Amino acid sequence: MDYVKAGLRREEYEKIRSALEREPSDCELRVMGVMWSEHCCYKSTKPLLRLFPTEGDAVAQGPGENAGVVDIGGGWGAAFKVESHNHPSAVAPYQGAATGVGGIIRDILAMGARPVASMDGLCFGAPEEAKTKRLAQGIVAGIGGYGNAVGVATVGGKTLYDEAYNGNPLVNAFSLGLVRLDAMASSAVARPGQKVLLLGSATGRDGIAGAAFASAELGDDEKASRPQIQIGDPFEEKLLIEACLDLHEAGLIVSMQDMGAAGITSSSSEIAAKSGVAIELDLDAVPLREADMEAWEILLSESQERMLLIVLPEKVEEVLRRAARWGLGCAVIGDVVEGDRWVTRKNGTVVASLPASLIGEGCPEIHWPSKEPGDLERRWSFEPEDMEMPRDWAAETKRLLASPNLAGKSWIHESYDTMVRLGTIAGPGGPVSVIRVRENGHLLSLAMETDPWKTALDPYRGGTETVARALRTLAVSGARPLGLTDCLNYPSPEKPEQFWELEQSVRGMADSCRALACPVVSGNVSLYNETSRNRILPTPLVVAVGLIDDPSGLLLSGRWQKGDRLFLTGTVAASLAGSQYQILRLGQGRGRPLDLSFEAEREFIEKALATARAGLAHSGRPLAGGGLAVALAKEAARSNLGAIVSLPLPTRADILLYGEGGPRALYSVPLERVEAFLEIWNGFPLTEIGVTGGIALHVQGHFSLSLGEIDRALGR
Amino acid sequence: MKVAVITFPGSNCDDDVVHAVTAVLECDVAKIWHLDSLGERKDLIVLPGGFSYGDYLRSGAMAARSPIMKEVREHVRKGGLLLGICNGFQVLTEAGLLPGVLLANRRPGFICRPCTIRVERTDTPFTGAFTEGQVVNFPIAHSEGRYYLPSSDLDVIESEGRVLFRYCSFSGTTGDEFNPNGAAHHIAGLLSKERNILGLMPHPERTSEAILGCDDGALFWKSIRSWVERR
Repeated sequence: MDYVKAGLRREEYEKIRSALEREPSDCELRVMGVMWSEHCCYKSTKPLLRLFPTEGDAVAQGPGENAGVVDIGGGWGAAFKVESHNHPSAVAPYQGAATGVGGIIRDILAMGARPVASMDGLCFGAPEEAKTKRLAQGIVAGIGGYGNAVGVATVGGKTLYDEAYNGNPLVNAFSLGLVRLDAMASSAVARPGQKVLLLGSATGRDGIAGAAFASAELGDDEKASRPQIQIGDPFEEKLLIEACLDLHEAGLIVSMQDMGAAGITSSSSEIAAKSGVAIELDLDAVPLREADMEAWEILLSESQERMLLIVLPEKVEEVLRRAARWGLGCAVIGDVVEGDRWVTRKNGTVVASLPASLIGEGCPEIHWPSKEPGDLERRWSFEPEDMEMPRDWAAETKRLLASPNLAGKSWIHESYDTMVRLGTIAGPGGPVSVIRVRENGHLLSLAMETDPWKTALDPYRGGTETVARALRTLAVSGARPLGLTDCLNYPSPEKPEQFWELEQSVRGMADSCRALACPVVSGNVSLYNETSRNRILPTPLVVAVGLIDDPSGLLLSGRWQKGDRLFLTGTVAASLAGSQYQILRLGQGRGRPLDLSFEAEREFIEKALATARAGLAHSGRPLAGGGLAVALAKEAARSNLGAIVSLPLPTRADILLYGEGGPRALYSVPLERVEAFLEIWNGFPLTEIGVTGGIALHVQGHFSLSLGEIDRALGR
Repeated sequence: MKVAVITFPGSNCDDDVVHAVTAVLECDVAKIWHLDSLGERKDLIVLPGGFSYGDYLRSGAMAARSPIMKEVREHVRKGGLLLGICNGFQVLTEAGLLPGVLLANRRPGFICRPCTIRVERTDTPFTGAFTEGQVVNFPIAHSEGRYYLPSSDLDVIESEGRVLFRYCSFSGTTGDEFNPNGAAHHIAGLLSKERNILGLMPHPERTSEAILGCDDGALFWKSIRSWVERR
């Protein structure tokens, strides 16, 4: 085994050798090759991730633990994180997606939190491709198959289609759990004398070195990657959740760690490094599925549904007893001792002995060269006149509503258990998902956003817009943002133009987070999302979490009542650059997306919050994909009520109807509250555009669509 | 009223039933792990929804053979009430406590959404607070909910008046288009001959509080309490 085969770069190998003052063994090389893969140590993006603001009043745990935690009041915290499972899902869609859900749930669990809500961000290839259909169906079935059985409600998500994801779909799994702030688990509290236990499934040959697989471009021969796929068992996971929470609540465990990427190695070395102790593992004590597994296979197996526990010696017996009661395997596999070592033995012989701090944190950062792409001018050169105006607005609007990115996704939502645990106030299908927290009487709003098309045109502006859109969505629902988690999905960073896009979009996101006071508390990076034929659009995805103190201050969408006045808050004319209308017409984005004014964003957020809290509107919807026309149609469809709308025409009608970007929302306000509504929005661009009623959406001078036509177009 | 909810390995609606019953009736609800004993006499035992034993064998087949089922049988023999919701209904048919079987949905796959069902009769322990023919929303969440029984046996349960809930439209009409899984005779809920056992595919606990958008399920729990108190 040489270092190149192990996946290490020369400088990385040199660093290991000099730290050890000897040649690393084969087993050590394999371990380090995986631990220092991009997937495990973020070596390409660490300097960029430092740009994110991570502190805020509500932050109880920032990045660095298994998940971030924000204070949601009453002594409770919400632990959450989003994580990619892109490469596995490309090769084995059902299992790849299923184990993505399982993995993120265990991350939440490792914080001592009970997982209560999941969401999924899915990017699929061109919808007409046969392979897209197969991947999409497998991925959706995998998410449902796992999430439904494990009993965590899938409360929302995002699904989009673009040929850039052909053969390289994205699966970003988000989960959120509730934890008492004074009972948060930590991986930094192991002390010498304690025992290391492995709880859950036996260790097998599945998923070996999956992390390294996720750190390279997808090979053309996907069958060759199959051994790196893990197999999920949601039944085991359900028992694992209950057992871990039982042990945690009973004060029987010091610390716990999810075994995800790099399995036993990463979980144990991370606890050792963070706690400043040494860990010695006896691989002969690890329950195996196949007796003849090599040391490195045991160390790097990514068998699912396993947790590493740190337990006081006098409590080991009780932990084993309770594990058996839950029907789970559990074994003592090592000891915590003094020092900075991570030592593993097999058959009494040391097979790896490395400084614990070196494994997780020692990898040298890589500063890939960054270069502004030469075609920016061309990307940005776009005049609306380059596009012919639609002649039939009704047909154009219906075409948009029926487009795969905007049409209803009930075939997905209805295959998920969206209600289990009785927390779901607003499930999938709307701009925001809302859950109730019975423990403290508050509500949480969750908004998942990504806009790869605008990010591809202008990475910085796409990044700012993505974050801002999530925060607008929270604000319209009445939720004050507490924090967000991000998943950075990009192609290879090794091409300077691609690294530039990564860098610029992270800058945009970070600036938006800072300006709008929303800290980043957790996240994940997935690079090398490309094949020999294709590379994905830069796809930064965020999930923002916000708090609604008083449930009466919740404002949802799709709740028009007859006679409501309709208001558009924010600028009337947005931009066609990277809009769904443009993508549909031209097959690609062109032009430069709007430059955000953070001042305007802040003002919008304050006014939207005030509107919801004062109960001034029956319905509110932030404008997103498809712009005003699609927002109107979706509101009408969900409210089962029409409207008569007339729009001022300061610009081209298609910009007005279908333009996107910036802080804008559509409100329906009962007549008696119009005055108070106007008062709140005083000083912000505001246009009264119509009144609700009837069974058709009638936009004067442009189109009239019956509710039936809208429903049919949306596929409802 | 004394209520017990049994948790099999893989049950995942046990906490929900405990919460809904507690919230609506403000009574004590015991959650009992399948290896433990039922303890003192209960008025109502609930087998909750979920994926007992992962449903890796036939749904409900493993749980039907769990040690606690012996006590459950004893409870119903003495006239106690037994309710199986979703996976719990599957356990009841697998245990032979109710006839028939729940097959894969007509259109295969898991389906979760609000669902309207019609109350067929009100002279039962489970439906006293409803009116006959009332349409209520109890959401569904299952892949195997297509109730099946040979047609001669269906005639028998129909003549005995044991079909308690049927899938229907908002206005109460039945028809294939309102039947989410293809269940025979649109059966959503079925009583035992003695009427103290109910198998119910939809989830009343999911619409038991107004904050969840609908509280039709509250009437279901109140019906049971009134019946228990009248006895």
